[in-house]
Amino acid sequence: MSLRDPLAEVRGLGSAKAGTEHWWAQRVSSVLLLPLTLWFLLAAASLLRADYADARVYLAQPLNAFLLLAFLLAALYHAWLGLQVVIEDYVHGRAMEISLLLAVRLLAFLAALGAAFCLLRITMGA
Amino acid sequence: MTEFALPKNSRVQKGKHFPAAADAKSVRTFKIYRWNPDNDENPRLDTYDIDTADCGPMVLHALIKIKNEIDPTLTFRRSCREGICGSCAMNIDGTNTLACTKEISDCHGKQVPIYPLPHMPVVKDLVPDLSQFYAQYASIRPWIRTQSSPPPDRERRQSKADRAKLDGLYECILCACCSTSCPSYWWNGDRYLGPAVLLQAYRWIIDSRDEDSGDRLDNLEDPFRLYRCHTIMNCTKTCPKGLNPAKAIAEIKKAMLARRSA
Repeated sequence: MSLRDPLAEVRGLGSAKAGTEHWWAQRVSSVLLLPLTLWFLLAAASLLRADYADARVYLAQPLNAFLLLAFLLAALYHAWLGLQVVIEDYVHGRAMEISLLLAVRLLAFLAALGAAFCLLRITMGA
Repeated sequence: MTEFALPKNSRVQKGKHFPAAADAKSVRTFKIYRWNPDNDENPRLDTYDIDTADCGPMVLHALIKIKNEIDPTLTFRRSCREGICGSCAMNIDGTNTLACTKEISDCHGKQVPIYPLPHMPVVKDLVPDLSQFYAQYASIRPWIRTQSSPPPDRERRQSKADRAKLDGLYECILCACCSTSCPSYWWNGDRYLGPAVLLQAYRWIIDSRDEDSGDRLDNLEDPFRLYRCHTIMNCTKTCPKGLNPAKAIAEIKKAMLARRSA
């Protein structure tokens, strides 16, 4: 049993003076994703029966390549922010929590780099 | 990880049954959570059949009837019996509410379940330990804080329009129904302040006579203290006073944005 006053526990280390940035970034990225997701679904539907060559022709259009890259980066950024909240909500072991938060952050970063690299190769490479 | 199942010593067992008198006219059944800290037994659900023809209209009347006439060991808090003290907040018929303002006839269950407020440590039976909840309320320093000196010959004045901004906030009686209905508060109640305390914090942020809004916002600006609210809206749905804590929290977030660049 703790001999500390409950008020001392609640005050703890004080407020982080943070969180607004994260919360606002989540909203802004979701607004950006509304039109981008719609475009992506239409684009994916139009390429349903296409082969690799058709897809390359489609992505050779600069606007299509740009929109696809924008969609992928926005989606990964938004997923990172969202998963961070889920982990903070439900994972309570400190070591596990920090490991998962770092894993999500690194995976999102690497996936964004990978997506950009693949797209460059498809549109400009061999 | 978050615990979704009860630990072994908290699993609720079947309890005793207290049938109504043979000449009872209109019987209503209550299943009530019982736990006694003085023995090692698990909690149990006792069943009480009440003759509503011989009982007041509210759930609190039934509880008092049980304590007076059937089972004096039943433990619960109550005081004002008119929805202004918040003592008899408990989970009735699946919803957090005040036993004194909840009509028996408004309960849907054939057997009306009554539990203490969810996810709080239990002191005994229907009495939760609210120490942390009250400490969280104290932590927002819920009193007027000013820098200017007050007028020497009268109180600080407030326009009617500014006073109207406190409507829907000042009525909060801190019964803890909203906070204990919030899953975010269940999982992170040690760090998330919860809807009741955030509504009270907003009541001071929006008060035109208070001069410490910036400091109040600083104190709340935290990924856990404020931003664990994911607009689940259980708080607003359950509030026995018909208030809207979710809206107050949204207003705090808007104030956070208003003092910085978007």
